Amino acid sequence: MSESTPAALPSAPGPVRRAGAARLLLAHPLGLVSAIVLAAVVAGVLLAPVLSPQDPDVSNLRDAFGGPAAGHPLGFDSAGRDILTRLLHGGRNTLGGAVIALAVALALGVPSGLLAGYRGGRFDSAAGWVVNLVMALPAMVVLLASRAILGPTVWVLMVVLGFLVAPVFFRLVRGIVANVRNELYVDAAKVSGLRDRRIVARHVLIVVRAPIIIQVALVSGIAVGLQAGLEFLGIGSGDTPTWGAMLNEAFKNIQRAPLLMLWPGLALGLTNGALVLLAAALRDVLEDRGAAPAVRRRRAPAPEAPRGTDGTPAGAGGRARLLSVRDLAVSYALPGGGEREVVHGVDLDVRAGEIVGLVGESGSGKTQTAFSILGILPEGGRVSRGSITVEGQEIVGMPERRHRALRGDVVAYVPQEPMSNLDPAFTVGSQLVEPMRCKLGISRAEATRRALDLLSLVEIADPRRTFGSYPHEISGGMAQRVLIAGAMSCDPRLLIADEPTTALDVMVQAEVLGLLRRLQRERGLGVLLVTHNLGVVADLCDRVAVMKQGRIVETGTAEQVLHAPGDPYTQRLLGAVLDDVPARGPWRPSNAEVS
Amino acid sequence: MSGSTPGGATAGPLLAVEDLRVSFPGKGWRAPRVEVLKGVSLDIRPGETLGLVGESGSGKTTIGRAILGLVPVGSGAITFAGERIDRAAARRRRELSRDIQVIFQDPYTSLNPSLTVGDTLSEPLLAQGYAAREARERVGRLLDRVELPADAAHRLPREFSGGQRQRVAIARALAIGPRLIVCDEPVSALDLTTQKTVLDLLVEIQERTGVSYLFVSHDLSVVRFMSHRVAVIHRGEIVETGEAAEVTAEPRHPYTRGLLLAAPVADVAAQRARRQAFEREYGAAT
Repeated sequence: MSESTPAALPSAPGPVRRAGAARLLLAHPLGLVSAIVLAAVVAGVLLAPVLSPQDPDVSNLRDAFGGPAAGHPLGFDSAGRDILTRLLHGGRNTLGGAVIALAVALALGVPSGLLAGYRGGRFDSAAGWVVNLVMALPAMVVLLASRAILGPTVWVLMVVLGFLVAPVFFRLVRGIVANVRNELYVDAAKVSGLRDRRIVARHVLIVVRAPIIIQVALVSGIAVGLQAGLEFLGIGSGDTPTWGAMLNEAFKNIQRAPLLMLWPGLALGLTNGALVLLAAALRDVLEDRGAAPAVRRRRAPAPEAPRGTDGTPAGAGGRARLLSVRDLAVSYALPGGGEREVVHGVDLDVRAGEIVGLVGESGSGKTQTAFSILGILPEGGRVSRGSITVEGQEIVGMPERRHRALRGDVVAYVPQEPMSNLDPAFTVGSQLVEPMRCKLGISRAEATRRALDLLSLVEIADPRRTFGSYPHEISGGMAQRVLIAGAMSCDPRLLIADEPTTALDVMVQAEVLGLLRRLQRERGLGVLLVTHNLGVVADLCDRVAVMKQGRIVETGTAEQVLHAPGDPYTQRLLGAVLDDVPARGPWRPSNAEVS
Repeated sequence: MSGSTPGGATAGPLLAVEDLRVSFPGKGWRAPRVEVLKGVSLDIRPGETLGLVGESGSGKTTIGRAILGLVPVGSGAITFAGERIDRAAARRRRELSRDIQVIFQDPYTSLNPSLTVGDTLSEPLLAQGYAAREARERVGRLLDRVELPADAAHRLPREFSGGQRQRVAIARALAIGPRLIVCDEPVSALDLTTQKTVLDLLVEIQERTGVSYLFVSHDLSVVRFMSHRVAVIHRGEIVETGEAAEVTAEPRHPYTRGLLLAAPVADVAAQRARRQAFEREYGAAT
């Protein structure tokens, strides 16, 4: 399956953990700024005793509401205490509280999530219940109640908050681990004789690491905010300085000295903002590294219309009317700038009523060629050279609107993976009816009648039942028939089928191939069949083009190419076909050393 | 090992599966269990390849996973070298990994993307108590045996093509010198030319080491190339077993005949004949 779309493309660098996530984070502008801000805040708070050696509770009522003075750059609060000192010391409590809440949440959520996700079963269901229960509790009420019972200290409140946040980590970890558990490499590790503990440590933890780090940044923001909120409401430890408590005091005097609100507010805002931005930057760095840089789709310059006889490199005389490709090149933007060409100058013709096979191995560019004709190259890819004409119209450089009109009307497409090309949320019928109503402008009743006709055209035994089914209720072969029906709905003249039977079992494949042959015969359809299977070529194709590394190495009738291949690569391909290989002889008790 | 059968011309089977039944919980609340294997019996002799052919959903992969202990066995017996292993305890299971190994279908997901090839290969060795240095040397030899460059040990799976990754998976399976390897569609994700070289490698390894294969595939021609005997599975039941040449050329069961006629051959005239025979017999396209 990986051989269809952009597998062989200039794959943007995958998860490059080795390149250093930290370096990448610092290269990210948001990451850099938020990291600097956080580092400054943490350093200031940690070094509070050095930076301002006086006690935060030293008050001198004469200085109350006093402005900045020597040694007191931010002035004094309502009780004549130094604001900077209180900010620095208060930050220790605020941030320390957040750290406690986080530690509790991590200690509870991560191990239980690992266990529930990896083992599943009873522990998973029990833990699920508990977690749902905790999540249903209104956090504020629990915190208020716990203060009433356990006493007004910041630390206890933060432990309780940790309990309340733990489900976030549990759910995150459990979800990821439950997926990883089904990975083949985890099965392989089991078969290798590894203990569960070792499998979790080696194969599972590594996967949850990045999401946990991101979540930690987010949750610490929430913890800081919630704690400040509680203190602001006066629900905290009354006497220890915290940013929330400072806000509370300042709020009482907001009429008299509005500026007092500024400093703790600023500290909270900066810290929280930096945490949220850091989380966003971490997400970019750790999770979305596969994403290619946004590249604006550039259009290839439209070739100087008919390049018929004069300078055409491939010669080949006249171009087929239905589909003709000349000197097609497809390029992909590289993440670091620049482009890489993956298809280098392909010539191809499909006439009406003819099935042309485009054969090649993965990465040969066959799917890229098909996508170029359809105008559905994935993000970052473009036709960088050449000309493609469909019924005489040049489609390279054609505005997207006109191209869209061409798709469906003249050119139709049958994809490789039937199931992933049907929307699971809609019935088969509606997925056939809607495009027809839109494309042909006919009434719903008329479209329904046509859809039922189409379903019987593609040899579906009970069209009415299939019409009302959802995609998950039908088999893969049936789904492919539905997609063929959809492709035929606007009576196209050219069908582009990309490995239409690769995902199907052989019996179903034989039937679908038979269907394609019949449709082609009855309707005089031109078909471009992309495939890697030489048997399918022998079964269906009139002519074949063999592709290798973005070039066509050989073209000819199916008989010529399959029975008298000229190109060494085609010969090698045919040499690897196992059809005529003699069966392996019967087993004899071996004289090998085993047993 | 334990039974140590007196090595005669008629060596007993290395692995015997008898009346194996496996079912999975149905989807939805109180749905009945879905029986995937409905009493499957097969056996594999030392140094033999048994090909297991079937379509998707036939249960062929489940047989392999049951032998490996990756799915719980409902009823029936799996005997390896004279020992019942269908309900082996976790500890015994880990020991068995010395004898029974696996090569999975998808070389992309069967290797942990964040471990180097060397780490992946030394994992089973370390788990079996090899010293780190010894393991490293052995990894070097394994890479050599599957024809990968020696510096592959320090690289990550994503730097390799599908065929090369499958060679890594083969090396991992060979690491501890197993007696049976379950090959679950090992070449179906590979290109035609790569497929041939990987199959050649598997045959060569078998001839050299005398390892047995349970070779699971949907492709009759691949199975014919690889197997001494072939079993055909259809909807959780084995419908035909026999010598590879017989089953793949003159199948007796109608289902096997259908499989054979439906598989297209890369020969225009032969394929035309095959297609006509298929349509005659199954009345497909009209």
